Amino acid sequence: MLINRKEVEQIAVLAKLHVSESEIDAIVTSLDSIVEMINHISEVNTDNTKPMANPMDAVQRLRADEVTETSIKEKLLSMATQTDEDYFLVPTVVE
Amino acid sequence: MNNSTQWETVIGLEIHTQLKTNSKLFAGTDTTYGASPNSHVSMLEAAMPGTLPVFNEKVLRYAIRFGLAVGAKVIAKESTFDRKNYFYPDSPKGYQITQLNHPIVEHGTLTIQDKNGNDKIIRINRAHIEEDAGKSVHDKYAEFSGIDLNRCGTPLIEIVSEPDLSSAKEAVTYMKEIHSIVTHLGICDGNLQEGSFRCDANVSIRPVGQNELGTRTELKNINSFRFVEKAINIEIKRQIKLLESGGKVTQETRLYDSDKNETRPMRSKEEANDYRYFPDPDLLPVVIDQAYIDNEKQYIPEFPAAKIIRYTQGLEIKPDDAKIIAQDKSLAEFFDETVKSLKQAKAKTAANMLLGEFSALLNSNDVKVEDNNLNVAQFVGLLEALAEGKISHKIAKTIIEKMWGTNLLAEEIIKTEGLGQVSDSGELETIVKEIINNNQSQFAAYKEGDMKMFNYFVGQVMKQTKGRANPAQVKTILEKS
Repeated sequence: MLINRKEVEQIAVLAKLHVSESEIDAIVTSLDSIVEMINHISEVNTDNTKPMANPMDAVQRLRADEVTETSIKEKLLSMATQTDEDYFLVPTVVE
Repeated sequence: MNNSTQWETVIGLEIHTQLKTNSKLFAGTDTTYGASPNSHVSMLEAAMPGTLPVFNEKVLRYAIRFGLAVGAKVIAKESTFDRKNYFYPDSPKGYQITQLNHPIVEHGTLTIQDKNGNDKIIRINRAHIEEDAGKSVHDKYAEFSGIDLNRCGTPLIEIVSEPDLSSAKEAVTYMKEIHSIVTHLGICDGNLQEGSFRCDANVSIRPVGQNELGTRTELKNINSFRFVEKAINIEIKRQIKLLESGGKVTQETRLYDSDKNETRPMRSKEEANDYRYFPDPDLLPVVIDQAYIDNEKQYIPEFPAAKIIRYTQGLEIKPDDAKIIAQDKSLAEFFDETVKSLKQAKAKTAANMLLGEFSALLNSNDVKVEDNNLNVAQFVGLLEALAEGKISHKIAKTIIEKMWGTNLLAEEIIKTEGLGQVSDSGELETIVKEIINNNQSQFAAYKEGDMKMFNYFVGQVMKQTKGRANPAQVKTILEKS
């Protein structure tokens, strides 16, 4: 096994996913086969390969520093479940 | 550990500098501060599906300028963006775009002065480009947090120092120096109140002589120079007390409460600090050549620190004077222009008069250097007349006052007002003789060796000549008499 229950629980917490006790075993099996498949990549010899950040043979395009967008506040706020005085409201997050 | 242990403090700073751009890092959205909540949010910052980031070139150029200003060994010809993953309402995407693996700037240095006034080099590990998050408002609602995404996506460079700072004072000095650099460069407005310049401090202590670092705590988001010093000092005290009573420092993020002057643990943003960084697939490598970097050099001004060195070492100006001139941009410009035109006169005299008579006139008239009440040519003319011995220092003071607010040159005023120094020995001798004749008893006392009387006669000559006599010559004549 390349992955265990504890790791699945940890990933679920980080991804903010609710995973019930009964589902965990199935997820472990399924994730394990994915990890196994992906692991084949480490069999490739990369000694002479330059690290690659992106598979495309292109470089980042640059944009001039200009304001091109206009406010879409009303549209965005209308999509939220709760708003007040132009704020989006979310359950209290206190640091 | 017991109470006799000597402790040493180790501090590293992470400074978040908001860049002064018109638009955001990855979209053409307005960055103006203080707009009504959520009015500066585009589809991209709202993390709508299908949106893609497009990199703002100004940010790249500003970051390069910072790298040049701190003499960075690396300004990356190829830099890349990574995703830092975490969930928080003020960042709708669920990740922050930053540069973990290939930042734009690495290995710079900054020289500060330690408590003994010696130079100390602080290494800058890196400065990377990243986006700012929105703001959460906690005190407005009882059961909710209000979210304003206006700041979301605003460009930042995070400037990360090595743990080279050894006191709260040094940390503040370093922070002020970085502040001065980014504001001189014009890449940041430097407004601490509005959060344009924020600081996190990593603080640890260790017994003097120990090599390994102690466990550090991170003090978050301190937005004033004064609070940085206070927060670090109170945190050092807390750590010492903890270790001396047999406890251990926990690696954690702490918040400084300025009302209570204490630091306390911040409830973590998530259970585990696992950001699962990976290269952002939406962004390609940023590739530039040396010419692109060199082109930014023209935007790097001479900084006060370099000016001070040039003034003290090259021009022999007193360190305190050099500092005052260098730190005032327009005064420094005036001084530099003056020095360029000097022939016989010394830069030192120029500095003295600039900080003396010239500054006094600025103050009493409540004007600035750039108001041009006295131009460089006038000032140079005055200094040259003084250096050539045409006028005494006392007369120079009179002339600078007469020049003020006019375009008259020193030469013209000397001529029309008859203020030239009397150096003609024949004329001076006649005056001295006359004074001696009128003050026989004082002269007798002088001859008996009463040096007070010597000064009395010099004073009389000056009075008679309205300060125009050459003091050295008066002295010689008196000594011969």
